[in-house]
Amino acid sequence: MDFNFTEEQSMLRDTVASYLQDHYDFDKRRKIITSDAGWSPAIWKAFAEELGILGAPFSEELGGLGGGATENMIVMEEVGKALVVEPYLGTVVIGGGFMKHSGYADAASVIEGIVGGTTVIAFAYAEPQGRYTWSDLKTTAKKDGSGYVLNGHKAVVIGAPWATHLVVTARTGGGQRERDGVSVFLVDKNSKGIVTRDYPTVDGARASEVFFENVSVPADALIGAEGAGLPLVEKVIDEATAAVCAEAVGSLRKLHEGTLDYARQRKQFGQAIASFQVLQHRMVDMFINVEQAVSMTYMATIKIDEADAERSKAVSAAKVQIGKACKFVGQNAIQIHGGMGMTDELAIGHYFKRATMIEGLFGSVDHHLRRYETLSFGKAA
Amino acid sequence: MNLEFSPEENAFRDEVRAFIAESYPAQLRGAQDEGEDLTKEDFLAWHKVLAAKGWVAPSWPKEWGGTNWTSTQKYIWGEELARADAIPVLPFGIAMVSPVIYTFGTPEQKAKFLPATYNGDIWWCQGYSEPGAGSDLASLKTKAERITGDDGKEYYLVNGQKTWTTLAQFADWIFCLVRTNPTAKIQEGISFLLIDMKTPGITVRPIITMDGGHEVNEVWLENVKVPVENRVFEENKGWTCAKFLLAHERSGIAGVARSKRGIERIRQMAQTELNDDGTALITDPSFKRKVAELEIDLTALEFTELRTLAGESQGKGPGPESSVLKIKGTEIQQRITELALEAAGHYGAPYFRGFPADGDNNHPIGPDFAHRTAPNYFNTRKTSIYGGSNEIQRNIIAKMVLGL
Repeated sequence: MDFNFTEEQSMLRDTVASYLQDHYDFDKRRKIITSDAGWSPAIWKAFAEELGILGAPFSEELGGLGGGATENMIVMEEVGKALVVEPYLGTVVIGGGFMKHSGYADAASVIEGIVGGTTVIAFAYAEPQGRYTWSDLKTTAKKDGSGYVLNGHKAVVIGAPWATHLVVTARTGGGQRERDGVSVFLVDKNSKGIVTRDYPTVDGARASEVFFENVSVPADALIGAEGAGLPLVEKVIDEATAAVCAEAVGSLRKLHEGTLDYARQRKQFGQAIASFQVLQHRMVDMFINVEQAVSMTYMATIKIDEADAERSKAVSAAKVQIGKACKFVGQNAIQIHGGMGMTDELAIGHYFKRATMIEGLFGSVDHHLRRYETLSFGKAA
Repeated sequence: MNLEFSPEENAFRDEVRAFIAESYPAQLRGAQDEGEDLTKEDFLAWHKVLAAKGWVAPSWPKEWGGTNWTSTQKYIWGEELARADAIPVLPFGIAMVSPVIYTFGTPEQKAKFLPATYNGDIWWCQGYSEPGAGSDLASLKTKAERITGDDGKEYYLVNGQKTWTTLAQFADWIFCLVRTNPTAKIQEGISFLLIDMKTPGITVRPIITMDGGHEVNEVWLENVKVPVENRVFEENKGWTCAKFLLAHERSGIAGVARSKRGIERIRQMAQTELNDDGTALITDPSFKRKVAELEIDLTALEFTELRTLAGESQGKGPGPESSVLKIKGTEIQQRITELALEAAGHYGAPYFRGFPADGDNNHPIGPDFAHRTAPNYFNTRKTSIYGGSNEIQRNIIAKMVLGL
């Protein structure tokens, strides 16, 4: 039994934390997210070249740092503490995950692009009708000669405006909601026939509606086996969910710490509001929520390479805990800050907004409870 | 114990419903449907329609324009306004300062302010909270010193800062709590002043909230000269007015009718939104359960409010029990926004304020309701903070109701 980090892992955390402290404080972040581009290519370049963290979960042969899910967890927690919008999740965790697990022929060169910061990936998986059922796809990929032609509409593709490539789920067969017939493609975003509508998101990122209008892709765009992509999608989304849990932990720690600081210095009725027992108990419950969220994130990360059912159960359990913590800690952080918590000027509201979006990302509390129930008790009759 | 409406009351409901349907300003309806920030003109358009009808201030004394409605009629009126998604009349003039003026004011003050407020010619904002005085309102520091002006008249010279001042950017007048005796016990040195926002020395600065909106402001007062006759009630007795006003503020705060409408809207959203299994979200047992619990909590609140109203109509003023209405009412409002955001799914994330330019009708994507759900959720966090935070309300109940 060991929950300690290796020396390399501790160094990775320190490196990322101190870089973000210097280059990604609240004001610098505000400038980045309100710029036309909405992200900082310079920061991304530094992630690749100065810090080398875009290679964190990849083997050294592929130019990476030789890590895995734990390294993703470490980086994502720092991402959550600094509210980094740059697409580590989409590119490294998700794009990289598809490359690592699919036996994709050209994986080495794609990973090289990811590690070097030149390949930026957004994951186009959600559709307007599908909610959290990843097999519910109206987007089609029809065989055309040796390649495929894609048609369909992908919803709220986070980071798409910055991406060079999209990982797209589409149907090569089967009915709209069937498990069989799901295929995954790596598509150059400049491909003819891709139309996007870009917009900001409430938590400071950018996203797009992506429309595929007869987009031709070559045969080697296919990731994994044709029509059998769903287990791969589920595995990568589980990894992404665990990573997002780690991001939430970073934001939750900030929400809790920020609230303690504020309650200690804010005086009403002649004393610090931290001295009121009702608020003390609230802050204790916030603390318990944060600690449980940390524990569940570790648990999910440790179990991420288990067999499918075991892994999914662990990830859903963690996401339930994290979803609840995001709501409880976020809402009470605002409440204890009073009016100040409502302002755009303080960081606390921005952490709350990100935590709120994480609540729904890759499935709500209800969704993951249901998934856990099915995995744990079997399907309802 | 009787819940039936009389034939007269049903006729009243029909009359009210027809009036709203005929008279609600179309331009305002349009702005609401687009989810735009309402302008001063939008707010006033509806206010003036109501003033012309004689229905803008049902609770006022008859001589100043009240309607003499029974509490049942007021209840029906509130229900019909919510049912029609009509914007509420802003409380600052009609429900807050005016009751103070007609209860404590001089005949001159009543004549000067009540008709103009009724007609919408004076837009009021509330100068209560300060950076250092939120829940602990009585610790406010804005000071007012008596001086004699060059014209030989008596003035207060006001210096300080107010904050969270709702819609001060539109206001003509502000009612302010100020400290007139710095050495007395804190509640005993406060006076209630009415200040013309055009007086030199007043600066209004916007506070942008986390949903991106500009609703609240800081109001800075620097050597602002206020004629002594603009003080309501006695000098250093302003806390009496303040407490009176806070009780009034709380009595309308349950928001039952609007929450009913909010739940109705959730049910509509959940009819068209799909669940994980491709059926309507409303058929999902967990979602349905949450809506059901919300409805039951709202029913409990509604009957608690009705009991309070019945007590009021028998002459018991709104007492500290109204804190129950504030706590439960705001918690329910907040849960409604949580469920709406949940219903929006992926489309809760897009944010369109100011991007592209406001007023671009093409920007909503996803279901029509979705792009407002996250900002509404964020914005509605204020309800458990304002008007005396819910923690303070619990203190009030502990002290005043339970005697602890």
